[in-house]
Amino acid sequence: MTRDEALFQFLLRMGDNTLILGHRVSEWCGHSPVLEEDIALANTALDMIGQTQLWLGLAGEVEGKGRTADNLAFLRDAWDFRNVLMVELPNGDFGQTLMRQFLYDAWSFVMTDWLRGSADARVAAIADKAHKEVTYHLERSGDTVIGLGDGTPESHSRMQAALDYLYPYSGEMFEKDKADELLSEAGIAPDPAELRAEYDDIVGRVLAEATLAVPGGAYVHKGGRTGRMHTEHLGHLLTSMQWLQRAYPGAAW
Amino acid sequence: MARPSVDQVWEWLDAVPDPEIPVISLVDLGIIRGVDWQGDTLIVSLTPTYSGCPATSVIEMDVDTALRGHGIEKLELKRQISPPWTTDWLTEKGRAKLEDYGIAPPQPAGGPSRCPQCKSTNLERISQFGSTPCKATWRCRDCLEPFDYFKCI
Repeated sequence: MTRDEALFQFLLRMGDNTLILGHRVSEWCGHSPVLEEDIALANTALDMIGQTQLWLGLAGEVEGKGRTADNLAFLRDAWDFRNVLMVELPNGDFGQTLMRQFLYDAWSFVMTDWLRGSADARVAAIADKAHKEVTYHLERSGDTVIGLGDGTPESHSRMQAALDYLYPYSGEMFEKDKADELLSEAGIAPDPAELRAEYDDIVGRVLAEATLAVPGGAYVHKGGRTGRMHTEHLGHLLTSMQWLQRAYPGAAW
Repeated sequence: MARPSVDQVWEWLDAVPDPEIPVISLVDLGIIRGVDWQGDTLIVSLTPTYSGCPATSVIEMDVDTALRGHGIEKLELKRQISPPWTTDWLTEKGRAKLEDYGIAPPQPAGGPSRCPQCKSTNLERISQFGSTPCKATWRCRDCLEPFDYFKCI
């Protein structure tokens, strides 16, 4: 594996996470419990799609085969996606969506913060831009997790159930393989495990304030970031997300 | 035609309104990062406010239309993301125009300093987000009017 091949994998992982989660969150548009939340979720989704354009745009450039961000987003099949499993899961209820957003935002915050100092200036520039947006997302998803966790008995029990369901998926964000090792040696991207301490600190602080208990057990659902095995949900998501380009190839406006 | 000066081009760009908040110009917004001649080609660098802001491509079209309208034939627009846009780049003129228009300008403290309508400081946040990626929604507890706040990033 060359360094550029490793970088391509890494950029797909970054861009596919924001693309698939951005799409999932956009499914709330017009369906949120109140107007303000609807606007907030749509805005968050929009930021993530914007970040996707940057990550996948650079991925196409690094790959050097003339693929654009749009090509990568709309013309790959499920097995070529490199997002972690957590982001492709169906939204569940509002609380579950916000819990997932928080578990993802905390990782994205620590990751983009590290990447601002990447040895690859193109990666550092995207991370610098994304980090500002992610900081804002984390503030909001963290506050909402606290508000609902330390809320009514009903909201508390739903948030605890969401955490119990999602937490075993969070460990995949810290998995590593050959591509990560190569990039970490080159100072381009971190060893994902290095991010764990700061992540645990942020998540621990918010969950404690939310009166929620971090689930025990070390089991990790994985297979997304390597592409070895996605959940059945990704294919269903793609049929909706990619429909227009599949039905009308090359359509533009 | 003679090559217009860089200052002249900046002046033209200061007359191009932001498509979402037409009361301020693209120059007021601080998203024009550079105007330079390279030979007979004019290079204009723009930076997006938010990475997913849908106005970015409309803005590029508006800049293109405006400058071609002033007779610029060879024009290249560059999208530059580093350093990332910050609300510190809003001009003083832009901040004043925002407030006149009813949008509270960004403050380092992270919230509006006063109601753009009645100037009261008795305010509450309704939502961290608003009608565009760059705004949040607040309300004045005195005049009871909701208003947009330009988020500080």
